[in-house]
Amino acid sequence: MTTVRIPSPLRRYTNGQAKVTVPAGDISTLIDNLEAAYPGLKGRLCDESGQIKRFINIFVNENEIRTLQGEASAVTDADEVSIVPAMAGGH
Amino acid sequence: MTYLTGAELLQRVKRSVAEIDVYQLKEALERSQKPLLIDIRELDEWAQGKVKGAFHLPRGLLEFQIENLVVNRDAPVALMCAGGVRTVLAARSLAEMGYTNVASVAGGFGAWKNAGFPFETPRLLTDEQRARYSRHTIMPEVGEDGQLKLLDAKVLLIGVGGLGSPAAIYLAAAGVGTIGLVDFDVVDASNLQRQIIHRLSSIDRPKVESARDTIAQLNPDVKVVGHRAQITSQNAFEIIGRYDLVLNGSDNFPTRYLVNDACALLGKPLIDASVFRFDGQVTVYDTARGGPCYRCQYPDPPPPGEVPGCAEGGVLGVLPGIIGSLQTVEAIKLILEVGTPLVGRSVQYDALEGEFREFRIRKNPDCPVCGQNPTVTELIDYQEFCGVPHRQAV
Ligand SMILES: [Zn+2]
Repeated sequence: MTTVRIPSPLRRYTNGQAKVTVPAGDISTLIDNLEAAYPGLKGRLCDESGQIKRFINIFVNENEIRTLQGEASAVTDADEVSIVPAMAGGH
Repeated sequence: MTYLTGAELLQRVKRSVAEIDVYQLKEALERSQKPLLIDIRELDEWAQGKVKGAFHLPRGLLEFQIENLVVNRDAPVALMCAGGVRTVLAARSLAEMGYTNVASVAGGFGAWKNAGFPFETPRLLTDEQRARYSRHTIMPEVGEDGQLKLLDAKVLLIGVGGLGSPAAIYLAAAGVGTIGLVDFDVVDASNLQRQIIHRLSSIDRPKVESARDTIAQLNPDVKVVGHRAQITSQNAFEIIGRYDLVLNGSDNFPTRYLVNDACALLGKPLIDASVFRFDGQVTVYDTARGGPCYRCQYPDPPPPGEVPGCAEGGVLGVLPGIIGSLQTVEAIKLILEVGTPLVGRSVQYDALEGEFREFRIRKNPDCPVCGQNPTVTELIDYQEFCGVPHRQAV
């Protein structure tokens, strides 16, 4: 099981939890498993074609998946995945 | 008991101290492996004139601060005073501390001037500034030179809101000499929960004026330039071009992409941050030094309405206080050229969990602005880029 950090805008899908654990293997599997456990979450991360939205960063430990192998990036139980969407707020 | 006169002591010490004359010093300073020239005169003497490139470390502080200035005990050091007497005794003292390559400049600054060599009058802090900034200047990473850099610096804040408030206050307190403020809004009662530069009495007044008044109460060294306007593709180059670096505290995506592109195209460092609810993030985009930009991190904006702003989702009032202060730390580091800037690193703060984390942000070789074959070479229509109808916003 891999720990996934959920940003506050998406915690309404995880009953307010900041960290959840799901089985992984790679990022696509992890996202499908997130969706199974927390329905609606995948639609916030991926577009209709299943691509990760380009204003969302997903990090495996400290590395963004676009700099790894994208959705095929490997994830082990020892890794920590963080979802970090763009935020505009500053005022 | 036996005693020595001052002259006898000097004669005795001179035998063990290396001396160079001002001609040898001039020649040595022109070499690539030049000695560090330390002027040990008192401040009032130094203020009258100094050799270019000399460091000032008065005799009374020499032994206590030399290790900050000269780490390598074998590095070449030349000591200068007014007439070459004080430096003989100072050189012996440094030799006792293990410095192996110290020379006293015979004849001192007087001989340098008499030889017709060039000198300059140092820029100095005023007495008021010396008192105000003493906690800065006592640190070797800042010093008087660093404080003068801060006083000379020009920093632009996009937005005088949650992030811009602490940034403006701390930049002003630090003595950043010119602070530009871009904000079109007036102060609203709902701002006071977090925008600490504004006061009850400022409600309905333009934010740039309210902020200017607060800064004037804090530090007369600071010149505030108010730009009561939206930043747009038409004025961005003209406004940003006047400053050394930019802090982004805007509240919408079109402005974030606009400011990113303008800073990247002008080669200005951009200290970017954003906040939402209990989360904050901060990073430095510095494409002129090879770092990534906002588009490298977030290639496309979210469709309108998909990512709520603070007006819809809320924000803990103190959170922009933390994140805006981190932006200010990065600004001061860049101005002083100390430490390691947050270039290519994003720091995320999760206030509910009480955790800071750091992520790597890599430069995207295909970035349309800072990549190898850029396609965005001038400012575009950012409302259209973000798919939002044109509106009035900062
Ligand atoms: Zn870029």
